[in-house]
Amino acid sequence: MKISVTVNGTDHQRDVEPRLLLIHFLRDELRLTGAHWGCDTSNCGACVVWLDETPVKSCTVLAVMADGHRVTTIEGLARGGVLDPVQDAFAACHGLQCGFCTPGMIMTARWLLDHNPDPSAAEIREAISGQVCRCTGYENIVRSVLRAAGHDGNDGNDGGASG
Amino acid sequence: MNHAYGPVPRKEDARLLRGQGTFIDDIALPGMLHGAILRSPLAHARIVSVDVSAALAHPMVVAAFTGADLAERGMAWMPTVFGDVQAVLATDKVRFQGQEVAFVVATDRYAARDALELIAVDYEPLPPLIDALTALDPGAPVVREDLPGGNRVFDWSAGDKAATDAAFAAADVVVGCDMIYPRSHPAPLETCGAIAEYDTTGGRLTLHATSQAPHAHRTMYAAITGLPEHKIRVVSPDLGGGFGAKVPIYPGYLCAIAAAMVTGRPVKWVEDRSESLMSTTFARDYHMHGEIAATADGTILALRARVLADHGAFNAAAQPSKFPAGFFHIFTGSYQLRAAHCEVTGVFTNKAPGGVAYSCSFRITEAVYLVERLTDMLARELGMDPAELRMRNLLRPEQFPYTGPTGWEYDSGDYPRALRLALDMAGYDELRREQAERRARGEYMGIGLSFFTEGVGAGPRGQMDILGLAMTDGADLRVHPTGKAVLAVSVQTQGQGHETTFAQLVAHELGLSPDDVDVVHGDTDRTPFGLGTYGSRSTPVSGAAAVVAARRVRERARLVAAAMFEVAPDDLEWLDGKWRVRGDPDQAFGIAEIAKAAHSPLELPAGVEGHLDASAVYNPPNLTFPFGAYICVTDVDPGTGEVTVRRFIAVDDCGVRINPMIVEGQVHRGLADGIGIALMQAIVFDDTGNCLAGSFMDYLLPTSLECPSPELGETVTPSPHHPVGAKGIGESATVGSPAAVVNSVVDALAPFGVVHADMPLTPANVWRAIQGRPVRTDLAIS
Repeated sequence: MKISVTVNGTDHQRDVEPRLLLIHFLRDELRLTGAHWGCDTSNCGACVVWLDETPVKSCTVLAVMADGHRVTTIEGLARGGVLDPVQDAFAACHGLQCGFCTPGMIMTARWLLDHNPDPSAAEIREAISGQVCRCTGYENIVRSVLRAAGHDGNDGNDGGASG
Repeated sequence: MNHAYGPVPRKEDARLLRGQGTFIDDIALPGMLHGAILRSPLAHARIVSVDVSAALAHPMVVAAFTGADLAERGMAWMPTVFGDVQAVLATDKVRFQGQEVAFVVATDRYAARDALELIAVDYEPLPPLIDALTALDPGAPVVREDLPGGNRVFDWSAGDKAATDAAFAAADVVVGCDMIYPRSHPAPLETCGAIAEYDTTGGRLTLHATSQAPHAHRTMYAAITGLPEHKIRVVSPDLGGGFGAKVPIYPGYLCAIAAAMVTGRPVKWVEDRSESLMSTTFARDYHMHGEIAATADGTILALRARVLADHGAFNAAAQPSKFPAGFFHIFTGSYQLRAAHCEVTGVFTNKAPGGVAYSCSFRITEAVYLVERLTDMLARELGMDPAELRMRNLLRPEQFPYTGPTGWEYDSGDYPRALRLALDMAGYDELRREQAERRARGEYMGIGLSFFTEGVGAGPRGQMDILGLAMTDGADLRVHPTGKAVLAVSVQTQGQGHETTFAQLVAHELGLSPDDVDVVHGDTDRTPFGLGTYGSRSTPVSGAAAVVAARRVRERARLVAAAMFEVAPDDLEWLDGKWRVRGDPDQAFGIAEIAKAAHSPLELPAGVEGHLDASAVYNPPNLTFPFGAYICVTDVDPGTGEVTVRRFIAVDDCGVRINPMIVEGQVHRGLADGIGIALMQAIVFDDTGNCLAGSFMDYLLPTSLECPSPELGETVTPSPHHPVGAKGIGESATVGSPAAVVNSVVDALAPFGVVHADMPLTPANVWRAIQGRPVRTDLAIS
């Protein structure tokens, strides 16, 4: 099927198999490998991108469903080489380790802040609860999003003690 | 002063934040084909025939082969990392559900999957052996006819049995329990995969693969393929987690290699999530009986344990070869004992192979769980507070180095200090008061402690090897004429931030900024030999090698600086990152100035031909022994069995912290592991061997809603034998936390008379425990 998709502001026309998943269209056809495939079952969210303005798990969206729509991936988040504040905050708060879930987490976090500029830690946890991180235990992701929202990045405790 | 240490941001983040990392499936080579594996639907069956002719007729299929085809190339079987053999593609029979049977190569990944449907396999089903407890029964199905020992993999013991039995006989109190540490899976978010390239002209193989141990893998591929080792290059790109899952080699890698050699084109194989959960290495699966002996006043006297270890169909445990049960015999934990003894029997079953993975520190996680559950049970039996019982029996700081009853020499520790800090942070006494008030109101709150001693950084070359490769690691350090440095190491990061921590180690030794040091890893053509990253060994072994190499550079720089100043080397001292003339410290040269001189026509002293570069191979004199005190607070709903982790206090001592931000991140990860393993994660099977946890819908991982905001504390007891006093930290929290969670839940359920409940403590299992019914490990899915 012929489809036309605007990805990160660039129009792409392709002839694709009807069964082609959006994640594979992005990764294999367009070579945008920032979004990752992780589970096949919509559980992990490593594949989260935006379809128009909504985060979707692109392993469970067909490429043909994106026909005539806009897709935004992690590669489209930085503007003119300047990182999004969420990206900066993830680095500052050690919100990533292996980096495999990170593009999906950041896309969800950006969407959350666009709709709720001052989220609580609990609201951040709810927003990312459909995505899996195997490295951070989520704590530093929550801190990162709080920091991006203009808070100091602490998730309700003072961060440590020594003796 | 450690000027380069501290919570500096990571070098890795710049690419990963932009989606510019290079994970295995991100790599696309010109002309690349895609492979897919046909797997057995049955746990145990004889293969009558495999017919790939219809698959070969598919217009997009380029090649298809079976075990018989691989046998013609001598590649139907491969060695495991523990010296057993494992089928690459099954030839005689299949031994677990998900075992590899045939391989198809096509021009795209969808076509390869389509073609699997066209392969016809005729199986003759055999009775499967699923329950490890029956593996040694007469008449049990035999998993491995190719071996002489039936289903017995090994019998192994450690400690002094007679002394232990005598201590038990003299004890006032003996408490014992059967416990299951269920099978789990490391489940890194990136599955395993490989791309093989074979240069038919030069006879050179390049394998891009998800490997935590690229050098050891290269040696194994040489043995399997018959290619000379210098014609093999293993490149491990960015890894999306590993946690032990990427230590073994897997049949898929060998299939990709064989396909590349047959087709002359690059071949990619990446497993899907179900393949990963069903066939790559599992963890744990220990059936344990433990007993603890004590005096009436709460002095622990002795421990003993009998373990049945389920190894699956092949013995592929990734651990040092002299230790068939890994380091389980560290099960004496952190306490003063008179004696201890353990016996471990390993058995084959019709399940996926593995056993040593998932941040277990070679089975120390099972050992810690056993001793910390027994300690809590003993406290209950004695009517003592579990914190008080632990404090009374902990090793004292003056006892280090301490040699335990099973032969481990712990290098350093101040255990009471760590436990006191954890109790203070938790507000322990207040928590107990709150618990009492809640119980009076019919609310079930639990407070669970665990204290653990880890042993990481394998290991001394005389004692520890994998497949005959001693567990030493090299480091090469080059210093360019401008004083910028490149460190090449044998270990491979999976998210631990080696590019940052190792740069900090070198920078500190040479008076540089971490920005001045780049770290090369993961490519066998560009790095020195070493055994790789697992068992928390990167900083203890490879980090030590980097420091030794940097100190050699510094000593060469001293000779060059002496020539520059026209003084004797002894007239110089290293101070604040520069070589300075004694008594006149303003006369100083830093590494950049000295490097420039070392590359210049300056006449150099004897022994320095030029340049500052140096190498090192590090043979650790001992393991390092990090430790910690954890407290988990839970609330249990007795109506639903739901457990909520309210707080998690974790005090870790990993010696000197090079990058505390990264260290804390490692602890965060491990605490989430502990919550997941204790409450929800288990790889379970039905009685015919069907894996019931073959997707993330069934193998439940903790999310942001189950994981609390951890409260971390630290003490610092440097390792006396590591060059900078560091110990490993990558696995501490995974090792130490499950016992704290289970102790907490069991504590919450004490009013119901519950003294033990096996993991995973899903709502269904907690509810069963409340009803006085035995936990069922197979009720993981609820």
